[in-house]
Amino acid sequence: MTSLQMPKVDKSILSSKDKIISDLNKILKNENILSHEDEIRPYETDALAAYKQKPLIVVLPETVEQVSEILEYCNENKIKVVPRGAGTGLSGGALPLADCVLLGMGKFNKIIEIDYQNKCVVLQPCVTNLAITNAVQDKKFYYAPDPSSQIACSIGGNVAENSGGVHSLKYGATTNNLLGIQVVLMDGTVTRFGGKTLDSEGYDLLGLMTGSEGLLGVITEVTVKILKKPEVAKAALIGFSSIEDAGQCVSEIIAKGIIPAGMEIMDKALTKATNDYSKAGYPVDAEAMMIVELDGTETEVSELIKRVEDIAKKNKCSSIKINKSEEERLKFWAGRKAAFPACGDLAPDYMCMDGSIPRGKLAEVLKEIQRLSKKYELPVANAFHAGDGNLHPLIMFNANNPEQLRKTEEFGSEILKYCVKVGGALTGEHGVGIEKRELMCEAFNNTDIKQQIDIKVALDPNSLLNPGKVYPILRKCAEEGRVHVHGGKTKFPDIPRF
Amino acid sequence: MSMEEKQNSQTFQDFSSSVLRPDKEETIAEIIKHCYKKNIPLEICGSGSKKNIGRNFQSQKTLDLSNYSGIIKYEPEELYIKVKSGTPIKEIKEELEKKNQHLAFEPTDFGPLFKGQANEGTIGGVLSCNFAGPRRFKVGSARDHILGFKGVNGKGEIIKSGGTVVKNVTGYDLSKLITGSFGTLSVFTEISIKVLPKPDLTKTLIISNPHLKKGLEHLSVALSSSCDPSGAAFYPEFFQDKFTFNDLTTKGPITAIRIEGSKLSIDERIKQLINELAVDKKEISILDPEQSNIFWEKTRSLNVFSNLKNNLLRIIVPGSEAFDLINKLKIYNIKYFIDWGGNLAWVQLDQLNSNILKEIKTIVKNLGGYLTVIKVDESLKASIDIFTIDVVKYKISEKIKKGFDPKRILNPGKMYTGI
Repeated sequence: MTSLQMPKVDKSILSSKDKIISDLNKILKNENILSHEDEIRPYETDALAAYKQKPLIVVLPETVEQVSEILEYCNENKIKVVPRGAGTGLSGGALPLADCVLLGMGKFNKIIEIDYQNKCVVLQPCVTNLAITNAVQDKKFYYAPDPSSQIACSIGGNVAENSGGVHSLKYGATTNNLLGIQVVLMDGTVTRFGGKTLDSEGYDLLGLMTGSEGLLGVITEVTVKILKKPEVAKAALIGFSSIEDAGQCVSEIIAKGIIPAGMEIMDKALTKATNDYSKAGYPVDAEAMMIVELDGTETEVSELIKRVEDIAKKNKCSSIKINKSEEERLKFWAGRKAAFPACGDLAPDYMCMDGSIPRGKLAEVLKEIQRLSKKYELPVANAFHAGDGNLHPLIMFNANNPEQLRKTEEFGSEILKYCVKVGGALTGEHGVGIEKRELMCEAFNNTDIKQQIDIKVALDPNSLLNPGKVYPILRKCAEEGRVHVHGGKTKFPDIPRF
Repeated sequence: MSMEEKQNSQTFQDFSSSVLRPDKEETIAEIIKHCYKKNIPLEICGSGSKKNIGRNFQSQKTLDLSNYSGIIKYEPEELYIKVKSGTPIKEIKEELEKKNQHLAFEPTDFGPLFKGQANEGTIGGVLSCNFAGPRRFKVGSARDHILGFKGVNGKGEIIKSGGTVVKNVTGYDLSKLITGSFGTLSVFTEISIKVLPKPDLTKTLIISNPHLKKGLEHLSVALSSSCDPSGAAFYPEFFQDKFTFNDLTTKGPITAIRIEGSKLSIDERIKQLINELAVDKKEISILDPEQSNIFWEKTRSLNVFSNLKNNLLRIIVPGSEAFDLINKLKIYNIKYFIDWGGNLAWVQLDQLNSNILKEIKTIVKNLGGYLTVIKVDESLKASIDIFTIDVVKYKISEKIKKGFDPKRILNPGKMYTGI
């Protein structure tokens, strides 16, 4: 896994490692600077584990002032910085560079304030997503975005990636549930965008930072909106004998004006795998299985679930089950939430793709994925956030076989290109990182990318903050000839590049 | 006339005119490219409904997008509509109405305030200004509903970002950056926006309150309840004659809470809300769907200020600070109403000068909020800051502006001097 080109290693930085450590020691306590191979190994990869690279040094700041001083120092000395939260990202956004200082935010793990009156929580960035809900649930509040890594992923990482979850259609992704952030820019400037107010004036820098994948600033504080828990949630587990019927059912639910809190589809392969894994009581013979969850007041939910049932029957569902108890509802979800580990049981490795498609194109896209699965001789299972059009094909392979890994990546990139072709997007919630970097030209032309890079240049003119991520080659770097190609090969030779 | 100018004039026919009304994206791009080369500052405008908001600035030409109008694609089942930026909101709403859908953020209608009649403007204008109506606290503002756009930057280049699907994290979220930038970064051409099903019905619970403090308490309880309100406003006694509804049995200040959904669910939630608020039956009235719609239309279009000759401020603070805000502003002889469940105050002042505005800005800043001057006497406009910005954000904004519009030809100075 070395074919992906990364910014050229600055040898002068490597050779000044000791000097850098001693300089950083003026900012940080000794124990918060890690440089021994054994100490930095845990930081060599994130959840895109096929890519590994040890950083030069790991620093673990404890205060905003320290973050600011570290960035200012690195900026002045042209040292690359890679910020990292919990390291659960699936697109390689926290992959270190050999000549970088890895900025581990793990010590920023405290809830600063719970403000029920303004229905918001102020947090340090490495508080986990689930910890927010845990902190406010006794007052029946919760934080809506729920990425499947929510027990481990950090809120700062959620902001950097604009994470979603299974409830995004009704409740939005991180960007729609965020009120404010404190951020440190590469030159050490500390500033705030937003606060406890709804909207803020001037350019939407909060919106710009959200989902910028750690390229524009380091998030040091986050204020999120919390919501009152709906009184009741009910889920229907529906089987279909064809993907087309399931897709049609989704379209009709929405066309009839129903916005479910969650609406998930799994194909036959995944339904079987998850059912074997979690004994969720899924209809394993069905070609597609759907979970539709409605929330609100008792009357409202009963009314809506009846309507969903009628729509499902009209669309030739083969089975339908509505939870009778809260325990049963959670069991429905337990299977879906275990989809990824269940695939882990089926093959030594799997790669989770993350495309977005128009809901109506589901059957067409799944057919194409089946065709590609045969072409590449690799099994695939599909999970689909039908509510918001986010498709997660899970390609199964063996990473020890380099040929299979290469084929998996090609397979994945063909799927994503197809998603874009039918009017969707390269990534719905996992981010571009390094994983989909080379595919950006599928979605954007030269001018579009140049415009985005202009923003990067405005905030980080030397391209030191998380370089080599998201954009195929930072244009500025390309112009300066700072990018090299390992072994004369680029990862996707057929893609137009800059 | 140079060769180049001749070529340009063949495409967009009358460049000599001070108002240019292109009807194609390529023409918009050509005009801007030309202006970029010649350093010609442009005022960007849709229907002009919000023209008076923002600073006055020098421009040589007006780029009027009202001819660049029309629905490109509407897919109700995919919950989006793609339109040209000059399309009137009215036309979009009528189209959505056919499929029982709507723009959930219900943009503020400034028509009555500035021109004396309803005019919600164009979609391009609404997004450029990002003013959302009463449903803001529940569904987000305009920026939460834009899915993607195409536009032209200050160099005349056509750029795009986002798409038509709700979940999309491919690259920086330029859609949000351009939204609310008052036409200073790019000119919107095509806009894809999220649409949602219209609620079956709406009713409004009105509580007659003796004073602001109690009213704000009620709003806060409502927003924290699981009754899922979609509107929450307080009008002081001064405006009592502005609302004459059959269902309204009381006089005096009112707190209004809107509940939307199916009939059964609305009735159930209103009942539950009455319990949670612990209000007496004598204190309440319930507006039926028709009257409820009228009430919120009036709120959304700032109806109580429609004959306003004076100054209007839009002040946003955390809900917990609304009481303090109004109390501290009382010495300026204000008339006001509260929206967004306590998070937004519309404040009218008979007297405003740069000193008073400075004082008010300090009060608002200390409460953790910000204010925008919406309407002000023209003679005062040049001497005050319409928008507020700190030094760090100014520097960042200036650099971002440079990346999009290096020669500052798109609405230069509309938001801030130098941007």
